[in-house]
Amino acid sequence: MQGNPTVVVIGNGMVGYKFCEKLLAKSTDFNVVVFGEEPRVAYDRVHLSEYFGGKTADDLLMAPTNWYRDNGITLHLGDAVQEIDRASQTVHARSGLVQPYDYLVLATGSSAFVPDIPGVEQAGVMVYRTIEDLDEIKAYAATARSGAVLGGGLLGLEAAKALLDLGVPEAHVVEFAPRLMPRQIDAAGSAMLQSKLEALGLKIHLSKATSSIVGEGKVESLHFGDGSVLEVDMLVISAGIRPRDELAKLAGLDVGMRGGIVVNDEMQTTDPRIFAIGECALHGGMIYGLVAPGYDMAEVVVSQLLRGARAFTGFDMSSKLKLIGVDVASFGDPFIAEPHSRAIVYEDAHNGIYKRINISPDGKYLLGGVLVGDAEAYSMLLQTVNNKLALPPHPEDLILGARGGEEAAGAGVMSLPDEALVCSCEAVTKGMICDAIETQGITDLAGLKKCTKAGTGCGGCVPMVKDLINGVLTAQGAYIKNVLCEHFDYSRQELFDLLKINDIRTYDQALDRFGVGDGCEVCKPAVGSILAGLWNDLIIKQNVIQDTNDRYLANIQKGGSYSVMPRMAGGEVSPEQLIVIGQIARKYNLYTKITGGQRIDMFGAHVSDLPDIWEELVNAGFESGHAYGKSLRTIKSCVGSTWCRYGLHDSVSLAIELENRYKGIRSPHKMKSGVSGCVRECAEAQAKDFGVIATEKGWNLYVCGNGGAKPQHAQLLAADIDKETLVKYLDRFIMFYIKTADPLMRTATWLNKMDGGIAYLRNVVVNDSLGLCADLEAEIALLIANYHCEWRKVVEDPELRKQFTHFVNVPKSKDPTMEFAEMRGQKMSSAW
Amino acid sequence: MEAALAVTWLPVCQTTDIPADGGACALVAGEQVAIYNFARRGEWYATQNLCPHKQQMALARGLVGSTGELSVPKVACPFHKNTFSLLTGECLSSSDLPGIRTYPVKVEGGVVYVGL
Repeated sequence: MQGNPTVVVIGNGMVGYKFCEKLLAKSTDFNVVVFGEEPRVAYDRVHLSEYFGGKTADDLLMAPTNWYRDNGITLHLGDAVQEIDRASQTVHARSGLVQPYDYLVLATGSSAFVPDIPGVEQAGVMVYRTIEDLDEIKAYAATARSGAVLGGGLLGLEAAKALLDLGVPEAHVVEFAPRLMPRQIDAAGSAMLQSKLEALGLKIHLSKATSSIVGEGKVESLHFGDGSVLEVDMLVISAGIRPRDELAKLAGLDVGMRGGIVVNDEMQTTDPRIFAIGECALHGGMIYGLVAPGYDMAEVVVSQLLRGARAFTGFDMSSKLKLIGVDVASFGDPFIAEPHSRAIVYEDAHNGIYKRINISPDGKYLLGGVLVGDAEAYSMLLQTVNNKLALPPHPEDLILGARGGEEAAGAGVMSLPDEALVCSCEAVTKGMICDAIETQGITDLAGLKKCTKAGTGCGGCVPMVKDLINGVLTAQGAYIKNVLCEHFDYSRQELFDLLKINDIRTYDQALDRFGVGDGCEVCKPAVGSILAGLWNDLIIKQNVIQDTNDRYLANIQKGGSYSVMPRMAGGEVSPEQLIVIGQIARKYNLYTKITGGQRIDMFGAHVSDLPDIWEELVNAGFESGHAYGKSLRTIKSCVGSTWCRYGLHDSVSLAIELENRYKGIRSPHKMKSGVSGCVRECAEAQAKDFGVIATEKGWNLYVCGNGGAKPQHAQLLAADIDKETLVKYLDRFIMFYIKTADPLMRTATWLNKMDGGIAYLRNVVVNDSLGLCADLEAEIALLIANYHCEWRKVVEDPELRKQFTHFVNVPKSKDPTMEFAEMRGQKMSSAW
Repeated sequence: MEAALAVTWLPVCQTTDIPADGGACALVAGEQVAIYNFARRGEWYATQNLCPHKQQMALARGLVGSTGELSVPKVACPFHKNTFSLLTGECLSSSDLPGIRTYPVKVEGGVVYVGL
């Protein structure tokens, strides 16, 4: 627009981009003109290493190229500004363009600092800064046998990770200081980090002053002050950053002795019409080499342009990152020592964990600390420092977790003050998040991200944001109902009853009658599970509502192939059956493995081969193992009294009988089971959804255990019962679970959420306290009566077989992108 | 300007080859294209079959549905449940993932055509 003031931004990096975004969000009354020296628009340098992990340059863009045009920004890429004429208020670009400005924002960033070591100009010596640098590193890494990174700071370790990712056989880190990351973490933390990184294959050389880089036109070795030599084919220098202040210097603006454009709290340079932000700015004698303070500076300039009053008063340099898979964090003052503070240190060399917190001498406040190997507590600790929260009586709980069964005494997220900064990347406070939830009716993370941008930067605050959402909703007294999804305003249990009473048989009927919209990937399989739990019809009659495993009656694996698992009830298999399995696996080139559930899995089948494979299995007397279903998987058994000298009863026969009784029945989640013939418990029945152990007098029945991410022992439901009683209780228990659990909720979680726990469950199942047992028994009898081998149905039905193709228009053709590698003489999926 | 660009329509399969309210993959001029028969709304969509998250040829096997007040049609990748708009190809579940390519699709005389 004519008449609007013109803001020229020099530099299109992360901070330069963020300034544009923040300005446009607040005002459209400026003409914005951006000059970028690099050939591409601003990209995410913080996640640069992901470029080696498969992300493309486009994936890393802060915003697509058309974003600038769509927002009315004039963008000059690949055109560096060469001169600022302050008298005429113009900038002169290399292309000859002269651009007048009313305000000028310098966001020129920094360049890699390259120390003046003899030989530094050799080929094979690079820096780690831009996508172009990464391309060069990639090219050298392809043939290098040995590579080194000069600098053991944060960026240097990132670069070392890149060498490992690129498959350089020997990766070295050379650091001048006696330890890694000397600016962020203390000596003990460095030592722990070093041992973890060495275990991952990095070779670390400390206290090494590089005196020369030697080679015949290309780097061949590094020579150190102590006389030692390291042979390398490539060298990445990461020895710090140097602010890009040359343009400012040329224009007569004040710059610092060691670089950086001097700014005041308003981010103004010595010319009030010119601002500097990000890594090129020198504020209070500090260069801020992180992105969050850069964003804060951008916010300050926006406020200044709009005649606001925001100022920059320094920034907390606490940070948390994952270095080569190792969590490292430092917060507050990590180094403060006696007599100004007391340290609490936890060191676990076995697991590579080091934690240190510095507390005030009176024990009231947290001042700072270091975390290596486990940084889960970082967000809460940082909040405790920044908001001067009072420490709990046992401050060690903050890093050790509460012991003795009590919850951690530390304050939860809801006790933070409103001004607590939760998302430091986007400067979102607890108050802003709570306000969005309270006044704008936001109830989930996705909505909150859109509304406040919290959690859209590094993502480190996401767990805390989720806790805040739940905390505010609970505090509002909102009844947090576990509805299925946006399409069904019912819990799974409510919908189960509604579909039963109304005799609903298909997903479409359910959606028309009780839902809105068109459904989604959450409610379709959930309703599919309910319908299966009610009627046990052939599930692939409605294949488009099933998750992929149930849609193709096989487990999808990396690369898009499927695995095939026939049932071997109780883990029993005959020699003839073993031969058939071997023949089929050989014929279709399948990888075979014995599973944890005592059966044989065959991997790597093309979707179009599945019906043929199963035709052969069915003809040999096998049936589906339902390994793909949310249903009973296997019942593991020990060998029992038929062979074992300790066995009390025949555990194998009982396992086979129970597996055949409940096979194929769909449940909210998978169910695993085991039967042991004596108290030695070889079948691990107490780690199962239901488990049975033989006793002198009969059987003990345990329920609601599981292995998995959070192991939990099963609890005793009934002791010393006979087989008929056992089956009766199991019928009731399984059906009660099918009817009342949430989608994808295992029995252990179901029990944990049940008011009254195992005592309540026992009352329902054993004492019939709800008067439900007759119904439960009748309902499960119907499911058992409707059992069918799903694969036999498919094999016998040409129309169903047709669903198993990759290309609908070339049914015989297989997915040509599917690739396999080889390992120990069998095939395996190729890595993703 | 956008309408003026010529689209080459290629016949791909019969409408009955694609399950109602589901998808299937077709080979179209050497490319794997996922075609969705959104029967509930009487709409057809087509996208690339490749999920950009882990580069898996899988979207045609995903569950279709809709989301939000505008009922944006979407598909969920069967591998990790990332969802993509069938209208624009934009990733709805993660701001870190790029969008997917969408193709024009039309139905005439029981035949499904994809535009390239």
